[in-house]
Amino acid sequence: MRLALFITCVNDLVYPATGEAVVRLLRRLGHAVEFPGAQTCCGQLHANSGYRDEALPLVRHYAEVFAPYDAVVTPSGSCAAMVREWYPRLVPEAADVAARTYELSELLTDVLGVTDTGASYPHRVAYHPTCHGMRVLGLGERPLRLLRAVRGIDLVPLPGAEECCGFGGTFALKNAGVSAAMLADKCRAAESTGADVLAAADNSCLAHIGGGLSRAGSGLRTVHYAEILAAGEGS
Amino acid sequence: MTHGTGNLSGADFPRAALPLLADDRLRRNLRHATGTIRAKRAAVVGEVDDWEELREAGRAIKAHTMRHLPELLERFEEAAAAAGATVHWARDATEACAIIGDLIAATGESEVVKVKSMATQEIGLNEALEARGITAVETDLAELIVQLAGDTPSHILVPAIHKNRGEIRDLFRAAMPGAQDVSDEPADLAAAARRHLREKFLSAKVAVSGANFAVAETGTLVVVESEGNGRMCLTLPETLISLVGVEKIVPSFADLEVFLRLLPRSSTGERMNPYTSMWTGVADGPSAVHIVLLDNGRSAVLADEVGRQALHCIRCSACLNVCPVYERTGGHAYGSVYPGPIGAILSPQLTGVAANRSLPFASTLCGACYEVCPVKIDIPRVLVHLRQEAPKSPVERAAMRAMSWVMRDPRRYARALRAAALPLRRRRTLRRAPWPLSAWTAARDLPLPAAKSFRERWKEGV
Amino acid sequence: MSAREEILARLRGALDGAAEAPAPPRPVVDARAQGDPELMAGRLRDYKAVVHRAGPGELAAVLGGVLAGVGVLAVPPDLPEAWLSAHSGRVLRDPDVAALDTVDAVLTGAAVAVAETGTIVLDAGPAQGRRALTLVPDRHVCVLFTRQIAPGVAQALARLRPTAPLTWISGPSATSDIELSRVEGVHGPRRLDVVIAEY
Ligand code: SF4
Repeated sequence: MRLALFITCVNDLVYPATGEAVVRLLRRLGHAVEFPGAQTCCGQLHANSGYRDEALPLVRHYAEVFAPYDAVVTPSGSCAAMVREWYPRLVPEAADVAARTYELSELLTDVLGVTDTGASYPHRVAYHPTCHGMRVLGLGERPLRLLRAVRGIDLVPLPGAEECCGFGGTFALKNAGVSAAMLADKCRAAESTGADVLAAADNSCLAHIGGGLSRAGSGLRTVHYAEILAAGEGS
Repeated sequence: MTHGTGNLSGADFPRAALPLLADDRLRRNLRHATGTIRAKRAAVVGEVDDWEELREAGRAIKAHTMRHLPELLERFEEAAAAAGATVHWARDATEACAIIGDLIAATGESEVVKVKSMATQEIGLNEALEARGITAVETDLAELIVQLAGDTPSHILVPAIHKNRGEIRDLFRAAMPGAQDVSDEPADLAAAARRHLREKFLSAKVAVSGANFAVAETGTLVVVESEGNGRMCLTLPETLISLVGVEKIVPSFADLEVFLRLLPRSSTGERMNPYTSMWTGVADGPSAVHIVLLDNGRSAVLADEVGRQALHCIRCSACLNVCPVYERTGGHAYGSVYPGPIGAILSPQLTGVAANRSLPFASTLCGACYEVCPVKIDIPRVLVHLRQEAPKSPVERAAMRAMSWVMRDPRRYARALRAAALPLRRRRTLRRAPWPLSAWTAARDLPLPAAKSFRERWKEGV
Repeated sequence: MSAREEILARLRGALDGAAEAPAPPRPVVDARAQGDPELMAGRLRDYKAVVHRAGPGELAAVLGGVLAGVGVLAVPPDLPEAWLSAHSGRVLRDPDVAALDTVDAVLTGAAVAVAETGTIVLDAGPAQGRRALTLVPDRHVCVLFTRQIAPGVAQALARLRPTAPLTWISGPSATSDIELSRVEGVHGPRRLDVVIAEY
């Protein structure tokens, strides 16, 4: 199986460590992963903000770049949702490659049949299921099942977990007031867990929550769950 | 394409939201009420084994109905008329107000009792009647609260959701004759409303209602309610005038099964609401029965292939109750009688997007609304679709174009990443950024680009 | 062009070229399917109705007990005499609205019921009277025969005549308008007694 990594523009620019974690993790599990250097951005920002014409070249570009691969994995629920849910509507020819695009926990659980990634992570962790992963992709328990198998982890429930953090792409700028109110509630809920780490499947949501936590002077760190699954033994 | 008029648009959403966000009591009231109803809804929905099939049936019946709306409306009209109802048609809010005003004027009455109806709020009926010297008395408890307070509704189902029991008690004591000593117990408040309205019900000659469903096959109208004020208005007066949006049609009587199961569980979180009335033309009760079929922009919504699903809405308000944006702002920020997620897709379509340009953006696209909608309206999809049509600022457009131009080409993209990369420094975040990112840094730190992008690290060998 | 013609033309124009949307298949409904009286009773109680049971031949006696203390009772014109044989209070047959506002209770039968939701349906048929009758008094005592109980909404609809004036009642009048919590008792009867009678 030829497996490609779609890193996403946000991870490429701001969170390269997440991409490295995915690569490390897959290699540890015995899978080679390629990084097609021509990849750019999935076009979600444009498509969701009402700029379909600007998104279309990005959609076509993605389809072209990833066409040769049997599976594409991405450490972003929201970008995976963009590809799987929206690509077939925007560019029908992209439907095939869209169907072969997986969020990390889907690839691990559904395609590779992995539950235990062999990681160890001796920290107290709360997990925030990000909206697009949860509702559009239907990730369900997958990320949590993977996290539960991590050695030493103390996974604590997040109150109101399924409520949006208020990011919403340009929403955070256009409706900054409402977004900040949602964020404040999410930060309070995360802090109330007593966790050291708040994990999620999307670095953009984590950037939002983390930005709020850091502004509030909180010691709670945000970490992409791929980095937890790749942590410890063998890495 | 002819758009709707009436109470369908207001101020810019982000601006209208600001004072509401600062109102702590409002936030508490909303959180308490929506939290209560979410839990109830989840419990009764969980009881139904075939809930997903039921939702799909609801969606499919509505889609089929919309596809055949003209024929079904004609069939409804014919059946209702055969049963003794008089059917009127209204192109827009003004025409509907005129028809209803004339019908009331012809009875010689100067006061009418009203059953809660979104359509009458949409067309601004109460104000139009007042201008003709006719008083419309709202009889639904929440509507009565809003009317006594001189306020506007903020929720589809519970227009006074923004008020808590203490505020309602104070209002009743001040504005309701004979209620000076009422307590803040909901049962006591309800009893005060019962005393206050009883006389009106027993003496009213004209009632105005909406309808939840209109059955094409039989000409039957259906009103779903809780308090019994609906039954009072539909049964006791001599003249009954019902304003019905053209999208309220369901093809057959048997189709009601699906909606009578979906609606109460989704709206009040009950297996069944206390009262549902169904009547066909002149039956037992009013001797003059009028039905006003309303377009007011619905035909324009129907013309939009993606957006027309907004017409499937059965006004259960489940999407409002789960919406994190609605929970923070309440309904008034939406500027339309239709607030929340459904309002954000319905209002701009009824009025044309230009008249409601901020509403399609009043959502994070989190999808909680779609998940609960009993007729599976894909609200996030319609929002994105409307964003496409919404007018945009030239600056934003230029920025989006530039970004797309860079990102569609791997070399340009790689160069941009390199240019953005920042050498390692102590702080990895920014506390203040220039516009437009200043909106972000108002409440959150902004992460800075890494010293090296992923692709560069990959080249160096991960 | 009249408003009617114009609206219909607008709607037809809006659907120009629209793809067909087939009607969903209608499940076959067995109108004679019987609902479970136990479930019915439980669901009625959930919504604060008071449930009484009457075995074969016990209806009049049970009603006598339920109606004890009712000074003035309203009944529909065709209420079977036998139902009242153990009741000694004053009975008004089909009183007008003003009189209804002063009675202590109204006694009627029902047309069908829905066990799943604890709903009784009146259709102005035998022993039910006009709609106002069960609306204005503060207490409604309703006799429901076990054979009238349908399992679900679909079967109940199938048993009803669509054009009859129908009132679906699930518990006493209630409201959720204050803080979205349900409280019983607004404009309709604040007390609902259902006598489930075996036939
Ligand atoms: S859009 Fe759906 S969830 Fe929202 S009010 Fe309408 S039917 Fe209910």
